[in-house]
Amino acid sequence: MSTLMQEMSEKALRLGIPLSVQLDLTYRCNERCVHCYLDHDDHGEMTTVEIKHLLDEMADAGVFILTLSGGEIFLRRDFFELLEHARRLMFCVKLKTNAVLIREREAERLRDLGVESVQISIYSHRPEVHDAITLVPGSLKRSIDAARFLKSQGLKVILANVLMTQNMQDYPGVRALAAELGVECTLDPTITPMMDGNRSTLELGVDRTVLQQVFRDASLVGDVDEFCAIPAAPGESELESTPCSAGHTACYVSPYGEVFPCVQFPLPTGNVRQQRFVDIWRHSDQMNDVRSIRLKDLTTCTSCTHVSNCTRCPGLAFMEGNMRGPSSQDCEKSFARTGVPSANMLAKKRTAANLVQIRALPATAGASPTGAIA
Amino acid sequence: MSRLYLARNPRVAARSLDGEMMIMSGRDSTLFTLNKTATILWQSADGATPLDQIVELRICREFQVEPAQALQDAETLARELASHEILQISEEPIPQPSPAAGGSR
Repeated sequence: MSTLMQEMSEKALRLGIPLSVQLDLTYRCNERCVHCYLDHDDHGEMTTVEIKHLLDEMADAGVFILTLSGGEIFLRRDFFELLEHARRLMFCVKLKTNAVLIREREAERLRDLGVESVQISIYSHRPEVHDAITLVPGSLKRSIDAARFLKSQGLKVILANVLMTQNMQDYPGVRALAAELGVECTLDPTITPMMDGNRSTLELGVDRTVLQQVFRDASLVGDVDEFCAIPAAPGESELESTPCSAGHTACYVSPYGEVFPCVQFPLPTGNVRQQRFVDIWRHSDQMNDVRSIRLKDLTTCTSCTHVSNCTRCPGLAFMEGNMRGPSSQDCEKSFARTGVPSANMLAKKRTAANLVQIRALPATAGASPTGAIA
Repeated sequence: MSRLYLARNPRVAARSLDGEMMIMSGRDSTLFTLNKTATILWQSADGATPLDQIVELRICREFQVEPAQALQDAETLARELASHEILQISEEPIPQPSPAAGGSR
């Protein structure tokens, strides 16, 4: 983040302005990615008129960065109409897409409309791996073709690679592909549970050994020693700080108008079909509850070695049962980085030890002389 | 001296944050914040109002400055904003595709 953007974010935080919003236009999708946390049915998406009205409200509330995502955004027949409206309102528009439906004509229109960036999901440089994740044969070729069309129009393109068991050896190949295309590349080892609470997708996450390998790859993290260093104990001001931007300067709106603190934080705070966006943002009890959390308030984490530089996601913690609690995936990341177990990991170990403790049975008739359980 | 017309570049992103204008360049995503004078130029850049009129009606009244010097400074500023592709400048009025809703939001 640039220094100026950091300053603007701090100002927005002071003023309580939602600087950045992700709006999912649809959950429908033309791919069926094995790790996806969404269902792909339409349960009553907002209409064109409703979304345009929402965009007006968001501009009035001060939203600057608008990320349009899904599902697959190009499945909305009114996508370009909505995008035109958003750009007339002068949002900084970022798109997240699989890009399968982007050809030369669409790339040209995106350029003409002044889209800031287009993020494309790419899981591997090898079709047999990527297409096995999207479950759509030919999808890698379509997505790469689209990246070339977009790049040729001068648009900023980012390949977004989610690291999981199926593609864990391929991230260097994706980075090489990005370099060949002349575009940016990101790598994220976070797998999100399904929105309905189903956690089966988490089994696709990479194990500790792979995380350690990734976190020690200087081409990804820069200075490995610095990145993997054990953090210093937090000062008082750090303990008074907020965990992340969710609910502070950022939020998420679903295709059905529901407002959440973040796409990865399924705590309902209101619906723009019933209330004005700004009223939900300012006055929702749930949003204000999220806002009230400081690092010093976290159960377990406050006393953790990693608290001052942990990537702890309050949304993932919420999905584990407590938004003030730890997020196990982030505990794993902190451990993989530093080799030091988190307070949560140590507590779980103690609990597990208690559960399997074997005690001598009281001497009763029939018990063996040693008290061991047969 | 010929008149100068200003229009907002439709490829930028813009939002007012508590009166301070944030502009993101459409060329390279560089973020700018505009000072008060630049914000007035931005808000008045409708493609139809000439710069000397903007200076006379908005800048001189706001800052109580001498008109000739203010016009010279404003022109320098407008050209600088144009060099960053934030504004478009022309010696002819600049047609606007549609009302620039949100430009002053």
